[in-house]
Amino acid sequence: MSVKKFVVGIFTDEQVLFPAIKKVRSAGYKIHDVYTPMPIHGLDHAMGLRETSLHTAGFIYGITGTTTAVGGIGWIFNSDWPINFGGKSHFDLPAWIPIVFELTVLFSAVGMVLTFCYICQMAPFVRKHHFNLRSTDDQFTMVIELTDKTNEAAVIDFLTSVGATGINTQTAETGWWLGRYDKDKTPFEHKGTALV
Amino acid sequence: MALLAYESQVRPGLIEGQKDYHQVTEDLVRPIEASPSRAWWIGFLVSVACLIFGIYSVTMQVIYGVGQWNLHRTVGWGWDITNFVWWVGIGHAGTLISAILLLFRQGWRTGVNRAAEAMTIFAVMCAGQFPIWHMGRVWLCFFIAPYPNSRGPLWPNFNSPLLWDVFAISTYFTVSLLFWYTGLLPDLATVRDRAKLKWRKFMYGMLSFGWTGSVKHWQRHEALALVLAGLSTPLVLSVHTIVSFDFATSVIPGWHTTIFPPYFVAGAIFSGFAMVQTLLLVTRKVLKLEEYITIEHIEVMNKVIVLTGSIVGIAYLTELFVAWYSMNKFEYWAFMQNRVNVFSPYGWAYYLMMGCNVLSPQIFWFRKMRRNITVTFFMSIIVNIGMWFERFVIIVLSIYRDYIPSSWATYYRPSIWEVGFYVGTFGLFFTCYFLFSKFFPVIAIAEIKHILKKSGNVFKVKMGHEEQETAEEFAGEYLHRDH
Repeated sequence: MSVKKFVVGIFTDEQVLFPAIKKVRSAGYKIHDVYTPMPIHGLDHAMGLRETSLHTAGFIYGITGTTTAVGGIGWIFNSDWPINFGGKSHFDLPAWIPIVFELTVLFSAVGMVLTFCYICQMAPFVRKHHFNLRSTDDQFTMVIELTDKTNEAAVIDFLTSVGATGINTQTAETGWWLGRYDKDKTPFEHKGTALV
Repeated sequence: MALLAYESQVRPGLIEGQKDYHQVTEDLVRPIEASPSRAWWIGFLVSVACLIFGIYSVTMQVIYGVGQWNLHRTVGWGWDITNFVWWVGIGHAGTLISAILLLFRQGWRTGVNRAAEAMTIFAVMCAGQFPIWHMGRVWLCFFIAPYPNSRGPLWPNFNSPLLWDVFAISTYFTVSLLFWYTGLLPDLATVRDRAKLKWRKFMYGMLSFGWTGSVKHWQRHEALALVLAGLSTPLVLSVHTIVSFDFATSVIPGWHTTIFPPYFVAGAIFSGFAMVQTLLLVTRKVLKLEEYITIEHIEVMNKVIVLTGSIVGIAYLTELFVAWYSMNKFEYWAFMQNRVNVFSPYGWAYYLMMGCNVLSPQIFWFRKMRRNITVTFFMSIIVNIGMWFERFVIIVLSIYRDYIPSSWATYYRPSIWEVGFYVGTFGLFFTCYFLFSKFFPVIAIAEIKHILKKSGNVFKVKMGHEEQETAEEFAGEYLHRDH
């Protein structure tokens, strides 16, 4: 575990935050993450994040549910215990549509939520590092990581010039509790598995 | 990202008062941080008392058997299944508000969705009780689950609507719960980060799953909400459709009807919105949230009520027409003698249903009535009574006088234990709702903040001048040239 140093810039208006992110990025500083109290559409693009693939995962879970239902009922009614319901077909697909649909939705929803929790590293009792407690209230927090190439005083001056209303410096131990924003920009590289 | 915050001045604002982000947090977290009022305690204790009475009634039924209820040949489904369908119907408004209105980008849903979703979950919990305890030997209820077993193996019948119901209700409950809880995570984190008391910090720390508000997490959260809404939209329609199949796939006159699915879904939304009105009118008053659940919200919901009430009315008339048009003696009897004939033993129930569900909501054609809180509250109760009677009419009035006139004499009256069970589900529902309103934010804090700058009244006034601006001026202020 190494210790990293961060400059934390606090903004009170999202309309200042947007241009600030752009300037910070073009100046070449490494944004560790930005924390906001509510979803702000377009902020992910402004930060250069890639689209999430959660939808794709949801689709895959959904078709898994469909296959499970059709396969399960088909096996039960055709092979495991075929029952003759008034001479009707054993492979009575129209009558299975309700259950097939419900299982598709169930698998997709449960799978997506579990995946969401896993990739966001969220679970009951999990404690993460919080740079600014008011970033779940009314403040927008931009965290810039200090590397050996960045000058702390320069970063602070720069943040002031782009409109941050409060700036402080914090240190934190590296680990999953810091989030993985910087890794999200390089989707095709190997990501170290981080477990909750 | 182009327009950060713009909404036409023509639309009425959804958040009243001088608000900024911090004030929104203060207002919406206050009920959690303050100690509960006397009204809360009284309501809570009454609910718990009802719940205890319900538990006692169910215990008696388990000990002595389903014979404790006054069900008989021919009325094998009485209050229990009526209550089941009624509660499931109420459980439809929450997901409708949160899912369908999310897809339609209706900003007003943010004021009411959290409480409505909670209502959905509690209502489905209540609904589930009825078929389970109606099984009689409830300790064998796991027989409905399809799993490899030593009874043959004996599988449930996947072609039966009763089993479809099991899947539909349990899926609906699970998905609604997930949708509700993922939406709650950011708000629970807000409560956690403000908490001064140690137990509150611990409890909300546990419940909020370590939410930080990172942009990446918000992006995934939004994607998740959108896909869950897309999944829930057909789901909510399927659930009451499948409940209606319990009746429609049978061959009982009065049940064997192809219009049941849309008719049930419209009725479910109708009764669900009525229950949302009942709960929210009280909640906004007691928790002082009038600036977030405004008259605009109430009016919009009243419009939904008059629309769905009229759809239900058309369905009632269509049933009568088809009963006549089919030239089927038994179908005709089920409608004209068992229902429309006011002198028949249960004729009064039919007219009570018609009056409550079709006639009385028509007053919501008048704007003044839609915006009147007393009228709305009164009407929400009327609609709930009417919708209970709709299910009672469908179930009991179709079967209490069937093909054998010798069995007609047995007029169905519920026993005290059937009534007690129903009262008990009210206890369960309101106990859960009171606990929810004390420990969880009843309005989605983050979502309110999200619409604050375009639908908040303060910001609408500020933006007034922009209606006169040229496009270039407007773009200069609001376009972020981030790409």
